[in-house]
Amino acid sequence: MNNGAVVKLVDVHKTYRTGEMEVHAVRGVSLEIRRGEFVALMGASGSGKSTLMNILGCLDRPTTGQYILDAADVSRLDRDQLAGIRNRKLGFVFQSFNLLPRTSARENVELPLLYGAHRLTNAQLREKADQVLASVGLGGREDHHPSQLSGGEQQRVAIARALINDPELVLADEPTGNLDSRTSVEIMEIFQQLNERRITILMVTHEQEIASYARRNVLMRDGIVRQDFAVTQRLEAAMELERLARSTTEP
Amino acid sequence: MRVGPTFNVAFRALRRNKMRSVLTALGIIIGVAAVIAMVGIGNGAKAQVEAQIASLGQNVILIFSGSTTSSGIRTGWGGAGTLKIEDAAAIRREVPDVTAVSEEVTSNTQVAAGNQNWFTRIYGESADYFDIRQWPLADGAPFTPQDVRSANKVCVIGRTTATEIYGNDNPIGQVLRVKHVPFTVSGVLTTKGLSAHGVDQDDIVVMPYTSAMKRVAGGTTLRNINVQVADAKQMSAAQQQIIELLRQRHNIQAGRDDDFTVRNQQEIADAATATTDVMTGLLGAIAGVSLVVGGIGIMNIMLVSVTERTREIGTRMAVGAHGRDILTQFLIEAISLSSVGGIIGIVVGIAAAKTIAVTRHWPTRISLTSIIAAFSVSALIGIFFGFYPARKAARLDPIEALRYE
Repeated sequence: MNNGAVVKLVDVHKTYRTGEMEVHAVRGVSLEIRRGEFVALMGASGSGKSTLMNILGCLDRPTTGQYILDAADVSRLDRDQLAGIRNRKLGFVFQSFNLLPRTSARENVELPLLYGAHRLTNAQLREKADQVLASVGLGGREDHHPSQLSGGEQQRVAIARALINDPELVLADEPTGNLDSRTSVEIMEIFQQLNERRITILMVTHEQEIASYARRNVLMRDGIVRQDFAVTQRLEAAMELERLARSTTEP
Repeated sequence: MRVGPTFNVAFRALRRNKMRSVLTALGIIIGVAAVIAMVGIGNGAKAQVEAQIASLGQNVILIFSGSTTSSGIRTGWGGAGTLKIEDAAAIRREVPDVTAVSEEVTSNTQVAAGNQNWFTRIYGESADYFDIRQWPLADGAPFTPQDVRSANKVCVIGRTTATEIYGNDNPIGQVLRVKHVPFTVSGVLTTKGLSAHGVDQDDIVVMPYTSAMKRVAGGTTLRNINVQVADAKQMSAAQQQIIELLRQRHNIQAGRDDDFTVRNQQEIADAATATTDVMTGLLGAIAGVSLVVGGIGIMNIMLVSVTERTREIGTRMAVGAHGRDILTQFLIEAISLSSVGGIIGIVVGIAAAKTIAVTRHWPTRISLTSIIAAFSVSALIGIFFGFYPARKAARLDPIEALRYE
């Protein structure tokens, strides 16, 4: 396993044209994320963090500049090539989970495998999906539909889906935005556990507290990176959960 | 990729919306069933007409007195009394390929026996008539050439006439009064059923044409002459010879219209089947419209489905689906709906045709061609009406699709 940069952005710009207006959403971002990092990308709305997230997620291409993902330049790939990159190297976790309705947790987790290059039998798909579901604490819930799961459980299914293809990078877009504070901490606990296993995570959030679970915070404003620092007083999700459990039992 | 998994994905999506899938397929089911049943009814009618035309006899040429245009005055077939008994004799004598000739006169009149009476059609014919029409007797014997020469008072009756006059009694040897003239019934014809025009062919009395002319109808001219030719190959030659012979006998100069009309059985059959073909086409076309409406139903539901599942499409693209994976998925959904609908429609259509055949006594004939055509059309409808929504889905921008509320 190489220890170098998983993500390397070199002077990335993104300009949208809406009619006569040119919107400079990202104006020169250079960023490196090494393997095993847990980065929180922060910024107010309009700061360009969503645009940068779309570029990092290979859903969009930079107008100028370079994006090197896992030692390969992906900044000039076409739609289908980007889809292949997303499938093999990236895992997505969304604010609103984006699970297929009326579809079991297992089938939701299998989804990226259906679009992969490997031909797996139904039994192999099932085994792999069940294994990943168990690793996020959903063993025994494989056949539940999203409507039968709590918000936290749904997000864990989404995390399992993101992990199924062993991605180079997990991208989480406001993963706790639709969750209560206790469930949010539970999700952070999973992220921290994954990070312990040297899975690289980039998480967009606007909550300072959630960002404190990461190892490194990147703050954007007006399309450029304003601050980039290592988190000094890092929160440990496991300890936070213990503290929450105590406070609810005390009168 | 990955057609197998795409099938899986499409079927899962259809199963998620069972009610909607069933209702959408229903449009195609009704369309295909309608096409199959309607074409089945049309073909059945056509087959029945063909059978009836064939019951006129094999290789038959009909010569009617009068012409559709005669000296500028248009009369109907049999309208003007231009055919003489001698004309028939000349045809019998001089046209080599003719095997049988029957002089025909007709009349509608009251017949009676005992205290029963009945209004029926009287056919005066020669003894060859039963051969020409391929109409055997069920019981008794036909009249003979001797009966014809002597204008004897004998007759053969159809099943309907027999039942109306004699009920369950055996009519053979009994007396039938035709216009107060007593005739002896020598035989009863086999049942022939309704003609192409819906006339009961068994409501008939057949007697020697000499007797009919002398004792019943009066008059000295024939309504028509039925001629049978030995072989179908000689039909047109025989027809031409008959026309020349009659023109010569009737002193018709070159360039003037015939005062008679010659038709062969094939022409009559062609005219009748052309009519039923038009009917079949019309029924099929109306049913086809419902198939197209079913297709539009599929397009409509697929468009709704694409809009409704925009986020799902975005999610699929985010995890690596190519545009063509999405296109294939939605196309397969549309084609599955239409072809499953097509298969069910075929079964329903056949059942409907059989039910109509049994309950309404309409003959129906299901053709393999209409089944194959209906199924292929329904699959094509799936592709045609499914393509636009599927392409719309495939071209979605993943970022916007993910954000769609």
